[in-house]
Amino acid sequence: MDLDYLQSVFPELLGGLRVTVVATLLGAAIALVLGLLIACVQVFRVPVVHQVVTVLVLAIRNTPLLAQLFFMYYVLPRYGIRFDAFTIGALALGLHFSCYAAQALKGGFLAVPKGQWEACQVLGLGNLTTLRSVVLPQALPPVIPTLTNLLISMFKDSAVLYAITIMELLGTTRNLASTSFQYTTLFTAMGLMYLVIALPASIGVRRYERRLNDRTVRA
Amino acid sequence: MNEVVLRSILDGVVVTAEVVTLAILVAAPLALTVALARVSRFKLVRGAALVYVEFLRGTSALVQLFWVYFVLPELGFAISAFVAGFVVLGVNASAYAAEVIRGAILAVPRPQLEAAGVLGLSTTTTMSRVVLPQAWPVMLPALGNVAIDVLKASALVSLITVSDFTREVTRWATTGVIDVTLAFSLLLVGYLLLSVPITWGGHLLEKRSRRHLSTFGEG
Repeated sequence: MDLDYLQSVFPELLGGLRVTVVATLLGAAIALVLGLLIACVQVFRVPVVHQVVTVLVLAIRNTPLLAQLFFMYYVLPRYGIRFDAFTIGALALGLHFSCYAAQALKGGFLAVPKGQWEACQVLGLGNLTTLRSVVLPQALPPVIPTLTNLLISMFKDSAVLYAITIMELLGTTRNLASTSFQYTTLFTAMGLMYLVIALPASIGVRRYERRLNDRTVRA
Repeated sequence: MNEVVLRSILDGVVVTAEVVTLAILVAAPLALTVALARVSRFKLVRGAALVYVEFLRGTSALVQLFWVYFVLPELGFAISAFVAGFVVLGVNASAYAAEVIRGAILAVPRPQLEAAGVLGLSTTTTMSRVVLPQAWPVMLPALGNVAIDVLKASALVSLITVSDFTREVTRWATTGVIDVTLAFSLLLVGYLLLSVPITWGGHLLEKRSRRHLSTFGEG
């Protein structure tokens, strides 16, 4: 480890980390919205759409994120859909993880007793109001640990965005290494940067989960 | 698509299949060892296994691939991209699989352990003859998911120059030899097809594993 060198390039690594974090958060927002839509389609069994979505989800979950990323990066522009690499990256992350988020959210929805829906109907609440004010507040808290774990996975997996020229943490590190050849220093520092964020986050999730379980057991 | 292109892509598929198979062979014994260490009587052993799992799950397989591929040679260990690829994927998957196995071991009812103790069975016999056979069907579905994750992560070895399915398809598509739409559709469908034998194998093992088990309520 060459600490002097590391100090000189640390601002650049932090810049890369910022890109990683922004891509992750954007991807997470997309995954949450898409995931909710998918979950709704599956819970309400919207005819035709439900079957199509189920097949798509299965296909996305069984193919590599990298292959999906390449597909979107190289194929979409052919059909007039032009985005910059960063947007494509965030979209690919969001799409990939929305399939996992949907499964978690679906579980949350199904855990809300049917009687809650019926009660809302009797009270004359609209479907959207029921969903927003009654069902979601009950469906979301139990799936927060799963969703946070997905967020952490997305943060770690966002390193593949480097493959479509995005200068996130891995790309920046790779770039610096190609001129300075300080592989050990750079790649170790990069690994530690991922670790320093992902590790406490996942330990935090586990604590929260344990507390949540304790509460339900006691109730 | 001429014969040379087709041949190279098929060779890529074979490399992908090899990487996945070898990675699973690396992961299996490691995962079992780490899982047993996680439930060990000795605090030090438990601690070491926890560090192993947390470290590997704290960064992505891609970051680990880059670290091994670029840093190990600097430290004096020359390693080919192919070996680095399947070893890293295997070691990475072992951390996830170990947690699955550990969960399944802990799901075996405690009275089973007490009964084995009363019968004077040794720890090793209890584990191999009483606990693991009952944990096996419980862990299989989740282990199947880990195997699918290995297949998906195997695409990452293309980024450290291993000529796998992804690298071959990308090479021909980005040099304009084959149409990008065709190429990347083929890539996604190819991975989907590769996931089929893994899913089937998993189901087959699950069915077999329940052959001799009768649970209350069913058969």
